[in-house]
Amino acid sequence: MSESTLRTTGVTKTAAVSREIEAVPVRRPGRWAASAVMAFLLVFLLQGWAANPRMQWATVGDHLFAPVVLEGLGTTLWLTAASMAIGILGGVVLAVLRMSDNPLLTRLSWLYIWVFRGTPLLVQLLFWYFLAAVVPHVGLGVPWGPTFVEFDTNRLVTQTSAALLGLGLHEAAYMAEIVRSGITSVDDGQSEASHALGMTRRQTLRRIVLPQALRIIIPPTGNQVISMLKTTSLVSVIAVPELLTSIQAIYSRNFQQIPLLTVACAWYLLAVSVLSVGQYYLERRYGRGSSRDLPPTPLQRVRGSLATRRPAPLEDR
Amino acid sequence: MRTNTATVVRAEGVHKSFGRTEVLKGIDLSVSAGEVMCLVGPSGSGKSTFLRCINRLERIDAGRLYVRDQLIGYEERDGRVHELDDAAVARQRRGIGMVFQRFNLFPHMTALQNVMEAPVQVRKESRAEAEERARSLLARVGLADRAHSYPSQLSGGQQQRVAIARALAMRPELMLFDEPTSALDPELVGEVLDVMRGLADDGMTMIVVTHEMGFAREVGDSLVFMDGGVVVESGTPADVLGSPRHGRTRSFLGKVR
Ligand SMILES: Nc1ncnc2c1ncn2[C@@H]1O[C@H](COP(=O)(O)OP(=O)(O)O)[C@@H](O)[C@H]1O
Ligand SMILES: [Mg+2]
Repeated sequence: MSESTLRTTGVTKTAAVSREIEAVPVRRPGRWAASAVMAFLLVFLLQGWAANPRMQWATVGDHLFAPVVLEGLGTTLWLTAASMAIGILGGVVLAVLRMSDNPLLTRLSWLYIWVFRGTPLLVQLLFWYFLAAVVPHVGLGVPWGPTFVEFDTNRLVTQTSAALLGLGLHEAAYMAEIVRSGITSVDDGQSEASHALGMTRRQTLRRIVLPQALRIIIPPTGNQVISMLKTTSLVSVIAVPELLTSIQAIYSRNFQQIPLLTVACAWYLLAVSVLSVGQYYLERRYGRGSSRDLPPTPLQRVRGSLATRRPAPLEDR
Repeated sequence: MRTNTATVVRAEGVHKSFGRTEVLKGIDLSVSAGEVMCLVGPSGSGKSTFLRCINRLERIDAGRLYVRDQLIGYEERDGRVHELDDAAVARQRRGIGMVFQRFNLFPHMTALQNVMEAPVQVRKESRAEAEERARSLLARVGLADRAHSYPSQLSGGQQQRVAIARALAMRPELMLFDEPTSALDPELVGEVLDVMRGLADDGMTMIVVTHEMGFAREVGDSLVFMDGGVVVESGTPADVLGSPRHGRTRSFLGKVR
């Protein structure tokens, strides 16, 4: 905008015009130099990796969509979903117990969290897997009395269920803390207002407190899902046929470890990236009502940056 | 003096302590149907605590509190007093509306949803029925056009008016107001007081904790001055405000005016 317009249009438009200051930005030579060095190093490393004949890119390509690999990926995905479902449900229950008026329930919840967070997941997985060795039979019946049905633990706790138990129960302990911090973050005035309207404690938790706690609970839960997706690779020690197990099975035959692990990394990276996008949209949705303006979605941002290239008319705002 | 059935609230020797500190040291008062009682007193004198005892947000340590001849929080059976469970307390609270200093609207719901929530969840009204009534209540508090706004998009005065509509949606026979205008910018106080004045004109029984002496004088039927957990004096607003008998009342009134 020229100075003359400023003068002629007067005070009312000054604010609008001054938003379009076209100043020369501060020069930052250090930043440019650092960027150049980093870019050079990155290209150098990538080129070395990509051009290495022993990388066997053909092997990577061959196995990227191999049925065994895709099946393994499928197992990884549903194992992540199922373990997180157990973890979230368990976490909500543990958090509610932890915050209940009943001191026995509070202590039980504390004990659970203490045990399951205090021991390594890998150990817990092996524990569930080898449980059959100590408890060969699981039965339904009267304690110390007659048993109605009996199961062979070896058949009941398969590799898959050992994995689900191990991952899910361990996750529940972490989710409990996340849910609890979410619930305590909701202002007491909210429960009071709800109680004053005649809502019961259960209604208050379900309708008023949990929906608001979700805003606090969702971001760390998203991280937990992403972390769970990667953690499922641990169950390869009990031979559950997930992504890493399938990859290991292949390279134990053809000894192409690095190309095959590259395949695994590619899939893990893709899955994590997709989940991160999902997390972004979930956070947006649950931020509703907390602020006057929602942040733009990545799509809106792209559109926005295209739009601002063209000078917008002043009346636009 | 009105008959006993017209008494909506009756407090007899209500005591309440938080840990070692005794906050209510024996409150006796009664509120008749249609009465607007203003509760005034210095900060920390126990006004909020007393109000919260009436709908059992706080449990009392001694004394009796009746709303419509129902003992609040307890049940008298075979000569003994039994504590009520969560569901029974919730039932007692249905008939008692409360408006808070900090509004406490549900931020994840629109104004309309805030007003509809309890009728649908608690009174099990159909959505259509609840929505129709919620809209008419919002219109009554002058917010028909803000039905779909979230609390964060409303001014303080508008939020408090939604909060009043929300409480009214449960068709209460008693409304408790805890300093409903204290968190508002001065220019927004009037719109909330206007709504309360309208309620009083319609015959609602109200207990109003307030520092708005103009409102107390104009709308109140009775005025109770509390200090240090006791009722220091009470009477008609004109009497207590015009010729206070106690030094504590005089010095307090001197400060708020
Ligand atoms: N939940 C609580 N725990 C401990 N002390 C409290 C609690 N609520 C109120 N009090 C104390 O009780 C006294 C009376 O408080 P309150 O009823 O809020 O007074 P008012 O509403 O008249 O200002 C104050 O000293 C306050 O600190
Ligand atoms: Mg108070």
